[in-house]
Amino acid sequence: MRKSLTTRQIVAEWIIENLIRLCGISAILFVFGIFFFVFREGAPLLFGEGGFDLIKFLTSPEWYPSSNSNPRYGILALILGTASVSCLAVLISVPFGLGAAIFISEFCGPKLKEGLKIVIELLAAIPSVVWGFIGLTLMKGIIESVFGVPFGLTVLNGAIILALMCLPIIVSISEDALRAVPDSYREAAQGLGATRWQLIYRVLLPAAKNGLLAAVLLGVGRAVGETMAVLMATGHAVNIPIDGTPPYFHALDSVRTLTATIAAELGETAQGSPHYRVLFLIGIFLFCITFTINLVADLVVRGIRKE
Amino acid sequence: MVATSQNPSKIRIENLGVSYGPDPALRSLSMDIPRNEVFGIIGPAQSGKTTLLKTLNRTIDLVPEASVKGSVYIDDEAVVDAPEPVPAKSLTRHGLRDVCGYRRRIGMVAPLPVGLPMTIYDNVAFAPRQAGVKERGQLDEIVERCLTQAALWDEVKDRLTTLGTKLSGGQQQRLTIARALSHEPEVLCLDEFSIAIDPVTTMRIEDVLRELQSEMTIILVTNLVQQARRLARQTAFILNGELVELDDTEAIFSGEANDPRTNEFVSGIFG
Ligand SMILES: Nc1ncnc2c1ncn2[C@@H]1O[C@H](COP(=O)(O)OP(=O)(O)OP(=O)(O)O)[C@@H](O)[C@H]1O
Ligand SMILES: [Mg+2]
Repeated sequence: MRKSLTTRQIVAEWIIENLIRLCGISAILFVFGIFFFVFREGAPLLFGEGGFDLIKFLTSPEWYPSSNSNPRYGILALILGTASVSCLAVLISVPFGLGAAIFISEFCGPKLKEGLKIVIELLAAIPSVVWGFIGLTLMKGIIESVFGVPFGLTVLNGAIILALMCLPIIVSISEDALRAVPDSYREAAQGLGATRWQLIYRVLLPAAKNGLLAAVLLGVGRAVGETMAVLMATGHAVNIPIDGTPPYFHALDSVRTLTATIAAELGETAQGSPHYRVLFLIGIFLFCITFTINLVADLVVRGIRKE
Repeated sequence: MVATSQNPSKIRIENLGVSYGPDPALRSLSMDIPRNEVFGIIGPAQSGKTTLLKTLNRTIDLVPEASVKGSVYIDDEAVVDAPEPVPAKSLTRHGLRDVCGYRRRIGMVAPLPVGLPMTIYDNVAFAPRQAGVKERGQLDEIVERCLTQAALWDEVKDRLTTLGTKLSGGQQQRLTIARALSHEPEVLCLDEFSIAIDPVTTMRIEDVLRELQSEMTIILVTNLVQQARRLARQTAFILNGELVELDDTEAIFSGEANDPRTNEFVSGIFG
């Protein structure tokens, strides 16, 4: 026989239920609020305020926002700066991150495993300003002496720093994904005579691809959105690191990224000025990029699940 | 149990002891497993049957906390040779070195079915591919033969490219059997293979086993006493990691075995 609830229980239930609802709704409201605010500051340009040209904004390499006579707001160089640093960082961190995750989950003993995981967590705890500082001093010196370039704050410098920052995310999520593969798969495959590598390549990676992909995409998201460290490590010079002369991609050039531009310039602009609005538009643009990455990640992961 | 000249034993086990941590799972077990026939192993839960099979195909190496002592020979080749207890993971230094190659000589069917996360076709072609078979026609032929032997071909022949993990439990179990046959093993170990399979299919697989015993040595660990009775010429009864009795199957099940514990176990299950 079921006992009916007392009045007190009913009231408590009601309060708890509504508190939880309130929390959920306010989280959504905050997100929309932020989006609305950013959009309000940047959007007037999109509706033609001050003769603004969106195509030119996206495709012109000329970023002269503080010129008195003729300010120009082309962010192509900034886009390519962000893209080059992020891509190189991902190229560096994905193989290292996956390799480290495979090593930790499949090859090392329990003690070493604990030690390595602590190191990885420490790596994740380093604040981004400190990473920037390492780029600004240590990595700058290393790049200058190894490559013999006069100025070591470059795409490569930023990419290495960024790669180190992405590593903990990629390693820990990939390691989780590999650990989630049931041991019975390992036993079955090795019982069939698979070597360690065949096991990893033919069974574990396919079985964990879901989580591995999520790890990589989250790493990419981090790389695109990171500000402080790249601001300090890439030299902050408006420059396109890609041209027609070999090797076509110049990793030892300085560049400037979208995020770094906002961080460095927003404080100096007058509220409501064209420069101010353009910086917010860059923010919207960045938002669109990260939103797309997350959406793609979600769709890909979902697609794999359905399979 | 002396090997006769016309049917010398395939596997010789001498004083084999295996323990996980302090408690032994197998204590000084010795027996000979005859060539080209079905050899039954029975015993209550936790008696060490699975441990024995794992040692035979050297997947015991993968259990970090296991240690092994004693010897196992296949065709007089030392698979395990450790006069003193050694950690299982260091068995490559106390026995056969090329474990991966060796495991391909032994087919293993685990009690719980494990379809690997790849297509049905790739599941069966997994081991042959590892052994270097690349030609499509040859792989096709192996896949069809093994799935047919495992009584699964008719059910899956039109969907070989679906994931092996999408099959039902019983189908996955038969997939494991097909996989174990795919590298034409010298020894086939079946660990309670019929847990997840219906009686009719079990009968079909038993027929296949009867045919296969002319080509390979089959070790059948089973809780279905009747199954051992139907298939095995000799049966070993293991209790708490010790060999209680090994004799012709009929003698074991006659109710007049030498050791009273055998009679108790056998009649307990009958009753
Ligand atoms: N990986 C392991 N770690 C620790 N102990 C284990 C491990 N595997 C087996 N054991 C122990 O070894 C003993 C023998 O186990 P085993 O699996 O060989 O028994 P079994 O005869 O196959 O039993 P069942 O009929 O239930 O399958 C048991 O006491 C078990 O708890
Ligand atoms: Mg068992």
